[in-house]
Amino acid sequence: MNNLFILLLLPVASAILLAFAKSSSMAKWLALVLSLVQVVLTIPFLCTFVPDASIQFEQSFDWISSLNIRFHVGLDGISLPLVLLTNGLFPLIILSTFTKDYRHSFYALASFMQAGLLLVFTALDAFTFYVGWEAALIPIYFICALWGDGDRIKVNLKFFIYTFFGSLLMLIAILYLGQQTPNKDFEWTSFVALDLSDYAQRWLFWAFFVAFAIKIPVFPFHTWQPDTYTNAPTAGTMLLAGIMLKMGTYGVIRWLIPVIPFGTSAYGSVALVLCIIGIVYASLIAFKQKDTKRLIAYSSIAHVGLITAGIFAWNQEGLQGAIMQMVNHGISVVGIFLVLDLIKSRTGTNRLDELGGLAYKMPVLATLFVILMMGAVGLPLTNGFIGEFLLLKSLYSVGIWYAAFAGLTLIFGAVYMLRLFQKTMLGALDSKYVKVTDASKTEVFVLVILCLFVVLLGVLPNGLLKLSEASVTQLIQSVKF
Amino acid sequence: MGAIITLSLLGILVLYLGLYKAKSLLLPVSLLGLVAALGFEIVAWNNGTAPIYNGMVLFDNFALAFSAVCIVITGLVLLLSKEYFSAISKNVAEYYCLILFSLTGALMVCAYHNFAMLFIGIEVMSVALYILVGIRKTDFASNEAALKYFLMGAFSTGFLLFGITLLYGATGTFDITGVKNYLVSNPTAVSPLFYGGILLLLVGLLFKVGAAPFHFWTPDVYDGAPILITTYMSTVVKVASFAGFIKLFSYVFSPLQDFWTPILLVVIVITLFLGNITALMQTSFKRMLAYSSISHAGYMLFAIISLGANANSSILTYGLAYSLASVAAFAGLILVKRNHGSDQFVAFDGLGKTNPLLALVITVAMLSLAGIPLTAGFIGKFMLFRSAMADYHIILLILAVVNAAIGIYYYLRVVVRMYFYPSNTGDDKLAVPISFNVVLIITLLLTVLIGVYPNCLISLL
Repeated sequence: MNNLFILLLLPVASAILLAFAKSSSMAKWLALVLSLVQVVLTIPFLCTFVPDASIQFEQSFDWISSLNIRFHVGLDGISLPLVLLTNGLFPLIILSTFTKDYRHSFYALASFMQAGLLLVFTALDAFTFYVGWEAALIPIYFICALWGDGDRIKVNLKFFIYTFFGSLLMLIAILYLGQQTPNKDFEWTSFVALDLSDYAQRWLFWAFFVAFAIKIPVFPFHTWQPDTYTNAPTAGTMLLAGIMLKMGTYGVIRWLIPVIPFGTSAYGSVALVLCIIGIVYASLIAFKQKDTKRLIAYSSIAHVGLITAGIFAWNQEGLQGAIMQMVNHGISVVGIFLVLDLIKSRTGTNRLDELGGLAYKMPVLATLFVILMMGAVGLPLTNGFIGEFLLLKSLYSVGIWYAAFAGLTLIFGAVYMLRLFQKTMLGALDSKYVKVTDASKTEVFVLVILCLFVVLLGVLPNGLLKLSEASVTQLIQSVKF
Repeated sequence: MGAIITLSLLGILVLYLGLYKAKSLLLPVSLLGLVAALGFEIVAWNNGTAPIYNGMVLFDNFALAFSAVCIVITGLVLLLSKEYFSAISKNVAEYYCLILFSLTGALMVCAYHNFAMLFIGIEVMSVALYILVGIRKTDFASNEAALKYFLMGAFSTGFLLFGITLLYGATGTFDITGVKNYLVSNPTAVSPLFYGGILLLLVGLLFKVGAAPFHFWTPDVYDGAPILITTYMSTVVKVASFAGFIKLFSYVFSPLQDFWTPILLVVIVITLFLGNITALMQTSFKRMLAYSSISHAGYMLFAIISLGANANSSILTYGLAYSLASVAAFAGLILVKRNHGSDQFVAFDGLGKTNPLLALVITVAMLSLAGIPLTAGFIGKFMLFRSAMADYHIILLILAVVNAAIGIYYYLRVVVRMYFYPSNTGDDKLAVPISFNVVLIITLLLTVLIGVYPNCLISLL
């Protein structure tokens, strides 16, 4: 039962099925069951995966034969953690919507997006990758614009056009690379084997980098992100921040640096500096935020900035730390957004100055929030610590100042996260919140699972690190700058 | 050849049916005739090796594939027309008859092997359209459109004819293989007349496909004509004209590529920007589609400048994808206009709630026009971009990408109105006749099918 094609097909089938669901409660349960089936289907991959450098579970079909395009997917130690993350988070995200009133189309769109995400993480053919890349974008646009609030139409249009333009630049680069290969195909292996001219690599680097940097987002391409995160429905934010931005970082690991080594060595340090500017800049802005969701949106820019910086450092610690941290960030950010959503639904506000003292009324939520927050801040024995430690170590080996500035994220992160906690949970309880209730059973269930992973990955990170070790080593050795 | 004869006879038969007031028979008979014509095309598949009728026409797979696309799209247009034409005019039979004649001309343009045939085909196709555009006799806009179209069309036909004459003067033959042989045998001493001929032919053909700077007639004519005639013009006529265009340039004039490629490059860039930026300004859905059709002509010209092996199949794919999406969009427009009396974007408000299927089809059509993966439009764009990349027109591609990003903005506008704005007429469902539903579902399925598994179409050519 480890057919990758079926794993990719099930979400598409689920989406079609869910589109015809009669009522929204039926769609909820159906979506949950189908996403759990997807989890069950994922387990054999994890069990039978051999942690060496090879690409496993490969599937390759003729897609457009006259253009030499193949539907080619496979898993290695770099993509498997992200597939696990995607499929693992999905049931939790769906479960977190159970208290809400979403129509069946929401679940259909989310399932479709899952298919796109999985395609991106498994694709070994650039055309396949591009299709997945765009297929994930359309549903999230609709989710954010249909169920969002505030200035949702304008904000999401900006988000869509921004990312669409970035992907088109990538499309040109893909077409160019395809033209260079001996068989005019789009296989990842033939892209990596290319011997490109220095001149071509210079512009190819930027074409790919801008596409990925918009998605991640890296400073200064981040301007769509805070508005989109803030106005999106919580489930949409979870999908965006928890999973979708990993498409960008994964793209850098798989498609940018191995394919365009000279371009990376020429401009990699520029990218690195941009990431570090992003870390400091976003953290500083996060201090001043009055809106809880916006605060986490900016903190997310800082976190993924560190991940991307670690990738551009391009050494063993950096890549492994990045993969680890992609998973960690997914877990933490989904948890934190859920907490913020609970607070919003109980109190009716996202504004920090109107909140306070909720820990008295929501002791369970407050406890779980502390654990998630520790993970996000990177306290030892939580998952964030391992990831950030590895990332900073990798930056240190590139240059001490990179590490010094990137290391500020730890301090800044602690400051704004603790401020968030203090302003919401501690202090005097406003009289209008005396009737606030604690998290419901399903919500506690979701949060507990997330917290378990925060601690588990913090205490025993070896399993995850082992998965990616061999693939990362081989990838790093294969790239000759 | 069977298809052309069938359609010509069918046109006359339909006219007689109209004479004997057999109105209910018009649509079934026309559709049956189209199916028969399509059957002839399929039977002739892989059989056309040599030109027939003294070298007048050649039914190779290229011609057959493009003819089949034209016939299928016309069939979809006719399916929509049952309700539509009887509502706007008393003379329904003339519509069917003229559309069928025009289609006959389109098939000739797809299959010509002689310049005389190209000219006749274009004229048969256009003359029927001049009448169709102005068929709402009491409508001021329709009359204006017809007059403009006629004057401009006649003007461009003049260019075309003059160009053909010059080519004849240089080569002494109307046969396209003869013209090609002339070029191949005298690569160094091509007569100046020949260059003049190419330029004039280019002007004439650019007029027909509505590319800038010869596009001025398109918005007004598309806007003034009855919606279904606009649909027919922007799909079938465009696909057929491009079939003629690419055959001429990629087969006959290819040795002189260095001469005409720079001209076409300029034309493409102007066409893309002009079409897209003006489409951006529109508040009417119909005018937006009219301007965006100019920009699509620009994309299709990509195939002509890059004479790769896949140029033919990429223009076929793009043409079909674009036609399917346009038919769906115009069908939606007809329904909305009939119910709300307006073709502005605002008229689409709340359609996602009241008519989910219609809104879904229009959305997929818009995504296909914008070139989003898993729709036919993406495959078409991908193939066109790829063939442009084969000649390393990277700057052109970057400009095209900028245009695609502009395009997504105005295509999404209607999607935004359908899903994110409340309906302004309450929750009343639009009445959708069965024939419309059939067309909508066919276009949806074909768009997604070609988007997901394009091999079935691309491997044809």
